[in-house]
Amino acid sequence: MVPLWFYLIVAAALFCIGTFGVLARRNGVAVLMSVELMLNAVNINLVAFWRYLTPEKINGMAFAAFIFVVAAAEAAVGLAIIISVYRNRRSVIPEEADTLRG
Amino acid sequence: MEITIVTVAFIVFALISLGGAIGVVTCHNLFRGTIWLMVSLFGAAGFFVLLSAPFLAAVQVLVYIGAIAILFTFAVMLTRSISNLKTRFTRLNINIAAAIALFVLLVVGVIGPVFILNPDLQQPVSSVTRTTIDLGEAFARGNSFALPFELASLLLTAAMIGAIVIARESDDEV
Repeated sequence: MVPLWFYLIVAAALFCIGTFGVLARRNGVAVLMSVELMLNAVNINLVAFWRYLTPEKINGMAFAAFIFVVAAAEAAVGLAIIISVYRNRRSVIPEEADTLRG
Repeated sequence: MEITIVTVAFIVFALISLGGAIGVVTCHNLFRGTIWLMVSLFGAAGFFVLLSAPFLAAVQVLVYIGAIAILFTFAVMLTRSISNLKTRFTRLNINIAAAIALFVLLVVGVIGPVFILNPDLQQPVSSVTRTTIDLGEAFARGNSFALPFELASLLLTAAMIGAIVIARESDDEV
């Protein structure tokens, strides 16, 4: 098999691309898609560490499965919030949703 | 290091997942962005196959590509407006610099010293792995992951009800 750090490099690159998307994109839907990329990078890391370091335990796989569940819940609630904001303000730009700003 | 079929498959999946991710964050048309997201998630599913977790790969295709990417497609189509097509990025240069700095920090600070220079952490400690059957038993056994499993289902139910309540039209509330 390829060395463990191959997976870590690819996952780090995916995470940083997702970070860039979260910081730089002006569209709320694109920001959420970048968050999904970051969660995906974390999942690759979890499964890679499980396979290379503790393949005789089940914890790594189980945690990756829980990340799937949390990512699904996050996507559903996040998109509902974006649709609600869009309906009220006609905008999906996160900076313009500033009603709660002091 | 000799080039094996696994190495070739790893490089192909890495290109698929990283190329899809770059497509997601740079694409002008967000509908195409969701297609790129599907491409990137498919590459990650390939990684799970290479890491001998075929169940997670199947869940990745079914849940991420089949459900979450479709959800994003719906959100893109429901929030289409002219204003979000004008400019794609805010503070582009400083954000690119921040992302590259984070990557360099991760590689030089963590991955390099701990994992590249350490020969003990290069290859799997054993070729015997737990299987999907073990995962299913762990989710059903009381002294293992049964309680977190049930809590996860409760979290999903609460999130779905919350999403319906948040996204509902306000003029038809009772």
